[in-house]
Amino acid sequence: MPIKTIREVIGETLSAEMRRDHDVFLMGEDVAGGAGCSGEDDAFGGAFGTYKGMVGEFGRGRVIDTPISESAFIGAAGGAAATGMRPVVDLMFVDFIGVCFDQIFNQMAKFRYMFGGKSEAPVVILAMVGAGLRAGAQHSQMLHPMLTAVPGLKVVMPSNAYDTKGLLTSAIRDNDPVIVLLHKLLFEASCEVPDEDYQIPFGEAAFTRQGNDVTIVALSSMVHKANAVADKLAAQGIAADVIDPRTTSPLDEEAILESVEVSGRLVVVDEANERCSLAADISSLVADRGFSSLRSGIKKVTAPHTPVPFAPVLEDQYIPSEADIEAAVMAVLKP
Amino acid sequence: MASKNSKSNAPMSEAEMLASYRVMKTIREFEWRMIKEFEAGNIPGFIHSYDGQEAIATGVCRNLTDSDFIGSTHRGHGHCIAKGCAVPDMMKEIMARSTGLCNGKGGSMHIADFSKGMLGANAIVGGAPPLCVGAALTAKSKNTGAVSVSFTGDGASNQGTVFESMNLAVVLQLPAIFVYENNGYGEATSAAYAVGSKDIAGRAAAFGMPAVKVDGADFFAVHAVAKEAVDRGRNGGGPTAIEASITRFGGHFVGDPQLYRVDGEVETYREELNCLKNFIDRVCTEKWLTLKSLKIIDSEILKLLDAAVIGALAAPHPKPEDLFENVYKSY
Ligand SMILES: Cc1ncc(C[n+]2csc(CCOP(=O)(O)OP(=O)(O)O)c2C)c(N)n1
Ligand SMILES: [Mg+2]
Repeated sequence: MPIKTIREVIGETLSAEMRRDHDVFLMGEDVAGGAGCSGEDDAFGGAFGTYKGMVGEFGRGRVIDTPISESAFIGAAGGAAATGMRPVVDLMFVDFIGVCFDQIFNQMAKFRYMFGGKSEAPVVILAMVGAGLRAGAQHSQMLHPMLTAVPGLKVVMPSNAYDTKGLLTSAIRDNDPVIVLLHKLLFEASCEVPDEDYQIPFGEAAFTRQGNDVTIVALSSMVHKANAVADKLAAQGIAADVIDPRTTSPLDEEAILESVEVSGRLVVVDEANERCSLAADISSLVADRGFSSLRSGIKKVTAPHTPVPFAPVLEDQYIPSEADIEAAVMAVLKP
Repeated sequence: MASKNSKSNAPMSEAEMLASYRVMKTIREFEWRMIKEFEAGNIPGFIHSYDGQEAIATGVCRNLTDSDFIGSTHRGHGHCIAKGCAVPDMMKEIMARSTGLCNGKGGSMHIADFSKGMLGANAIVGGAPPLCVGAALTAKSKNTGAVSVSFTGDGASNQGTVFESMNLAVVLQLPAIFVYENNGYGEATSAAYAVGSKDIAGRAAAFGMPAVKVDGADFFAVHAVAKEAVDRGRNGGGPTAIEASITRFGGHFVGDPQLYRVDGEVETYREELNCLKNFIDRVCTEKWLTLKSLKIIDSEILKLLDAAVIGALAAPHPKPEDLFENVYKSY
């Protein structure tokens, strides 16, 4: 099976969906690049080159470079979706959602419910999340907790290329607004990905490691750290379930509860700021519905309640580390 | 200022011309040094270079004092220098040191110095104009006579926040100045494509304020239109918009291969739209300044930068406990 990176499968999946369904189109700042310029037409292909080649195949009518006007083009995606198109819009860094959040949470996410089920907005918003690039406080946030809290919006957070393809395909075919959050540090992460199309349903977690002693739930890039810790502990005879929910809305609550029922111990790893994080959300779920299975207190491993600092020494300290995860696992395993 | 002119037909005093040259040249040399240090791996993250646009920041800010405000962009080094931020402290900030202007928490895209009226570089495109309108409201409310300037790119000029800010400034008749630096590009998209009317000043005028266009490679022209805008603001005449046209001398970020520009475009513009070259030609031809006096400034700037780099590289990194500092005053 071919090995592909997340960056590669995004373009490949989008292109396949655009070939399959003529209503699907891509819009955003510099998704092609070069509009009105003297040089190459396909100069950027998105901030990370994810869409390279697409404007050549589909033309500027379906790969649309926008002015820097997020409220307008994210909102326009909602309007186009409600009237028969299936837009995929690139927000670049998720931090820019501040500019256009009204169009997401007050508009497209509420159409179906507020209009009595008579309208829908099949929009896909792609955005980059996460710290680690020394990009500073306004280019490094996660923000999935805030998005997960919006009824009507679905939130997808793939951790590998295989899942990215299956989840993005589902997102494009889904009839609700979906935001797909891609971790900046994972764009070059690769694994086996089949060429043929497939879907991964939302709300179905993946068990990336299996074991009965402790349950580790981790999201996005944290899945890789959790796996590394699980592998290290396995060598010491400690077997961990590592659960990657893959979508935070809907959330596969049953997978988490069933795992904790066996292990009795839970560590939740989330790069978001601690307060109101997914770690807090999942902890409360288990405290509420899985309390009787717990054999120790729950541990959360999150970023602190601070903005993301610029200085590398501080940013490295800000991001949850393997050592933090291991310490949390050891703490819940203490008799 | 005309009365202080040492040379009959010069638009400003000799001292002012020398000071302005020093600022412009410091910005250019600073940016060139940034590129070197970035390539040497001494700067974390990414940087956006202001070289080529020096006459705009300088022409505007030479009309301001520390009591006036400016708001900047992701391409903010030039605005910081022109507003008086200390170069060594900027260098430390960009190199993420705890003694930098923002204690290493901000970086290139977030340099601020409120003691100089520099309200921050800004990594959110269109983030600054509303803040600058707020600073203008402070100036009006407290009757300080100060003005507030937002620097905004051609790309950013298309943000809703920018349009709303202009309208609010007109409605409240605030001493706000909207400076649009039209360098032809927002990332890899041309202004000719993204600005629908192709006329940023014209759009501003439609909000109900005086709006002028100026050659961004001509320091004296920028200085003159900025002076008029500042005077208007100080005298209760409300907001002004200035569209300064220039080109981007380099990529969007340092390292951008600029595939969207034909070969030779940048090189041609670098010759034709070089504000420093224009300045030197003008002051020497008119015999307002001597080349020798400029060369002295040049060597002083290089020394300043050498010392700033050495100082920054030797400066301490933040300490672990700094991570939790300054989220709130108290919590
Ligand atoms: C709200 C928001 N949208 C998009 C970006 C990404 N971005 C950073 S700079 C830039 C281009 C800005 O162009 P312009 O305003 O012309 O300034 P210039 O880079 O030419 O100085 C873009 C799109 C951002 N930082 N913030
Ligand atoms: Mg520009």
